[in-house]
Amino acid sequence: MIEFTFWDILRNLLLAARWTVLLSLAAFVGGAVVGMIVLFFRIAKNKWARRLASGYIALFQGTPLLMQLFLMFFGLPMLGLRIEPWTAAVLGLTFFASAYLAEIWRGGVDALPRGQWDAGASLGLHYLQELRLIILPQAFSITRAPTVGFLVQLIKSTALTSIIGFEELVRTSNAINNATFEPFKVYGLVALIFFVMCFPLTQYARSLEQRAAAR
Amino acid sequence: MTYSLDFGWLAGATGAIARGAATTILLIAVTTLAGTLLSILGAAGRRNGPLLLKRAIGVYVEVIRNTPFLVQLFFIFFGLPSIGVRLDPVLAAMLAMTLNMAAYTIEIVGAGLDAVPPGQTEAALALGLRPRQVFIKIVLPQALKVIYPALTSQIVIMMLESAVVSQIAVRELTYEADMLQARTFRAFETYFVVTMVYLILSIGLRRLLVGGGRRLLGAGVS
Repeated sequence: MIEFTFWDILRNLLLAARWTVLLSLAAFVGGAVVGMIVLFFRIAKNKWARRLASGYIALFQGTPLLMQLFLMFFGLPMLGLRIEPWTAAVLGLTFFASAYLAEIWRGGVDALPRGQWDAGASLGLHYLQELRLIILPQAFSITRAPTVGFLVQLIKSTALTSIIGFEELVRTSNAINNATFEPFKVYGLVALIFFVMCFPLTQYARSLEQRAAAR
Repeated sequence: MTYSLDFGWLAGATGAIARGAATTILLIAVTTLAGTLLSILGAAGRRNGPLLLKRAIGVYVEVIRNTPFLVQLFFIFFGLPSIGVRLDPVLAAMLAMTLNMAAYTIEIVGAGLDAVPPGQTEAALALGLRPRQVFIKIVLPQALKVIYPALTSQIVIMMLESAVVSQIAVRELTYEADMLQARTFRAFETYFVVTMVYLILSIGLRRLLVGGGRRLLGAGVS
């Protein structure tokens, strides 16, 4: 049997944490792009577009992320796509993130006074220009704190991709635990690594919140 | 490649799905009660307790909020036995869920307590109520009324997160789904059906909580 020293465990966990970081970033960027599209539908003038987006958001916020990941993992191959755990993880988390981000940003759009739209229209801007130049910059700026807060949630959610077989921090820790039989140490370290990743972001979100409240 | 959906297995699976759903409901019911109670104690302790207790509650909240629920669950179920605390899966799941939910709801309840005007406490004290009576009869009901919607959302989120306790072999809804798909080889259909069951549970739970809240805390609760 191979002996694992404390440093072996830590080194392997940190190497695996790279995948957690990469997955979080990929899902956040992907979620932001898809979330923008959902947002456009959610605030559209057409009633059916709004309903469609509301349904999309309610579906993702009303079902467990684990189920969404399973459906990606088992559902996409039925469409004839070959799928790896990595692809299922990125896609699953992207759609999950898009629903939450769209809802956060919609809150920002709704919080803007009606006069902002009217002012844009009176300057002769058409709908897309109004959105791009007036509404969205303000909506993003007032929702920065919850957006960062959601990023923390997303980083924590990547842990679930271990269950569909993606080799990130938690899956690696399960393997190390099976080899070392030191669950207290291994899972304690995993929790610590997640904490080091998430806590600064949580503090940042909090400071953004306080700055927004002071304004 | 063509794949045809097959739901023929569903007739023989309703019993298992219903049993799993019942366990999920049991888990979230226990968590809701224990978690709410713990968060009221925690929020009150964080405001009025001794300095050491305040610090300890602060650390607990930050640690739980900045680590994944799955890791907390593994730590409790696999990690604690090595220091002599052995829990059966259902108890471990209930403990992990309660500790997780309370970390979020301590902040929520705390915000509610802060929102009650100090004049309420002063008036109650002036009427001769003891501090504990003031808290339980005057401050807490008003605080809960303010934060009830946030509390409701947190409970629904916790119910959805409870899907991962299948990983320590608690026989709840997701666990039954895993077993069913292993038997029927109809993974997509199985998880699709179970996802819809979760959706119905979350909508139903929200309705129930809103209705129950109206009855318990009076009108004006949304």
